[in-house]
Amino acid sequence: MRIGTIKLSYATDEALFDTRVQWVWLGLLALGLMIFPFVAGPYWVYLACLVAINVASATGLNILTGYTGLVSLGQAAFMGVGAYTVAVLETRVGTPFFINLLLAGGMTAAVGVVFGIPSLRVKGLYLAIATIAASMILHFVFAHWPLTGGTRGLSMPPAGFLGIALDQPQKLYWLIIPVTALMVLGAANLFRTRVGRAFIAVRDRDISAEVLGIPLLQTKLTSFALSSFYAGVAGGMWAYFFRVVTPESFPLINSIFYLAAIIVGGMGTILGGILGATFMTLVPEILKLVVGWITPWMPDALSLLAPIRTIVFGALIVGFLIFEPQGLAEIWQRIRRFFHLWPFRT
Amino acid sequence: MDWLYLTEVALAGLGAGALYALTGVAFVLIYKATRVVNLAIGEILMLGGYVFFGLVAGAGLSIWAAIPLTILAGAALGVLVERTLIRPMLGESPISVFMVTIGLGSILAGIVELAWGADPLRLPEFIPNTPIFLGEAYVAPKVAYGAIIAALLIAGAVVALRFSRGGVALRATARDQGAAYSMGIDVGRVFSLSWMAACATAAGAGVIVGAIGGISPTMGIFGLSVLVVVIVGGLDSVAGALVGGLLIGLVEALAGSFLGGEYKLLATFSLLILILMIRPYGIFGTHEIERL
Repeated sequence: MRIGTIKLSYATDEALFDTRVQWVWLGLLALGLMIFPFVAGPYWVYLACLVAINVASATGLNILTGYTGLVSLGQAAFMGVGAYTVAVLETRVGTPFFINLLLAGGMTAAVGVVFGIPSLRVKGLYLAIATIAASMILHFVFAHWPLTGGTRGLSMPPAGFLGIALDQPQKLYWLIIPVTALMVLGAANLFRTRVGRAFIAVRDRDISAEVLGIPLLQTKLTSFALSSFYAGVAGGMWAYFFRVVTPESFPLINSIFYLAAIIVGGMGTILGGILGATFMTLVPEILKLVVGWITPWMPDALSLLAPIRTIVFGALIVGFLIFEPQGLAEIWQRIRRFFHLWPFRT
Repeated sequence: MDWLYLTEVALAGLGAGALYALTGVAFVLIYKATRVVNLAIGEILMLGGYVFFGLVAGAGLSIWAAIPLTILAGAALGVLVERTLIRPMLGESPISVFMVTIGLGSILAGIVELAWGADPLRLPEFIPNTPIFLGEAYVAPKVAYGAIIAALLIAGAVVALRFSRGGVALRATARDQGAAYSMGIDVGRVFSLSWMAACATAAGAGVIVGAIGGISPTMGIFGLSVLVVVIVGGLDSVAGALVGGLLIGLVEALAGSFLGGEYKLLATFSLLILILMIRPYGIFGTHEIERL
């Protein structure tokens, strides 16, 4: 039960976290994340890193699709731009990783703006299709530009920090988790600012927003740039994580994956991006575990894994859209409401 | 410049384009009636190819019995999908419905892989194999017959849309749902009808496409090219699907043989971006005017 959350100033009303309890939970979460690599096995740390990278990218897509209402099926290709930028910088220039990540973000933001230009003429489905075209063109560039190493791609050395090579997930964890946390926090704060609110206005009704004095083109391109920046940094972390970047690493299905993640999580909520990306990354792993358990009884279970994964992926998208269009974030809110209202409403 | 080679490539492109046009017509039928962009059309086409394969190779039916059964299966799938997945999404944002069809495509691809495995298969030969020459130019017989069948089917679809009762109802619904409803047209049935007709067409197209190039679970990629076709032609225009289909087939064939196979998708998608910048609603599409 929660009573007595009285807000006495605008600052408290606008705050991201409005109760002490939330701060306590947040502190516990941070603590848990810090202890996690020491208690969990390497596989789980590996998974945590993968989840964090996907959360960063999904949050970026959420800025564009969930908050600005511009549907993009190019997120994976933008991640590819970031990954290639990092790989090229790391192998050819050798700059430190935080500069590489920032440059990857900046480079991807520039590419994102270029491919966002059609958004001033088309929107909705047409824009989604224009971004499919963008990802096809980017894929072609990755595979044919000499700098990106053609179809063989690029291999790169691990990131170095103060002479330590970050070559294991356990070490990279300390790079990936803080960066992702910072990015998610940044996104959450973005929507308390003028820029972020302009995004929401454009999503809700772009013509009305323009009438109210929001420059449409500028706002949409800013959204594209920000979202691509997130994709670029996520792609950069992806490159450090896997250390091999090939054109096949970022297929269209990955873009669909990110869009599915924010749909399953809940579009237009920061929590949705986190929950959705986590859920969608873990579901295939859970399927893998289940297959591992039933293998003694069904020897050919492993061969069924790939198609079943495809089916579950599709069924999750369809099921959530039909039965829970607000996504996991809404389920989360429902659970929270239950505890808030507990003795009064059961 | 070798004119004969150019002619042969162009003819092959137009032949492939006819199949794009046929699938494009299926796409347009759904979009016209229900305003749903069906990205699963490539997977439905693939399923058509596989059902045909299953009926002939698995159940041992003759080819001429299997083709109508495949088309019937496509129609049944269309009705099923419309009633269970699309109807509940009525009134939701177009993007949500679009994503539902993406999810459907994923489900269908998974089912096909589960049932028939991931390896590419060849359909039994049923198209005559004697070489065909138009003047001096050689046309692959499968492509030529495929194009002829596609042309006949498209003609049938156009005639049905123009004169049959269902076709008129579909066009009326596309024009104005409210008015069509008050005139006694059962709009819900028109929705089902359009999905039925479109999926049947797609399944039929799948048989032809499979007969030409073989079938595999990744055949759904055909749907992406069809998407380009209908965007270029205009989402709600049958004529646009025809012109777009032939155009994209031609562009793909020319890019594929003069630049190299990897340029095919690049060429079509560059064309797509160009069209979106110049005429966002396609060559023949309706320009929708937005109101506040």
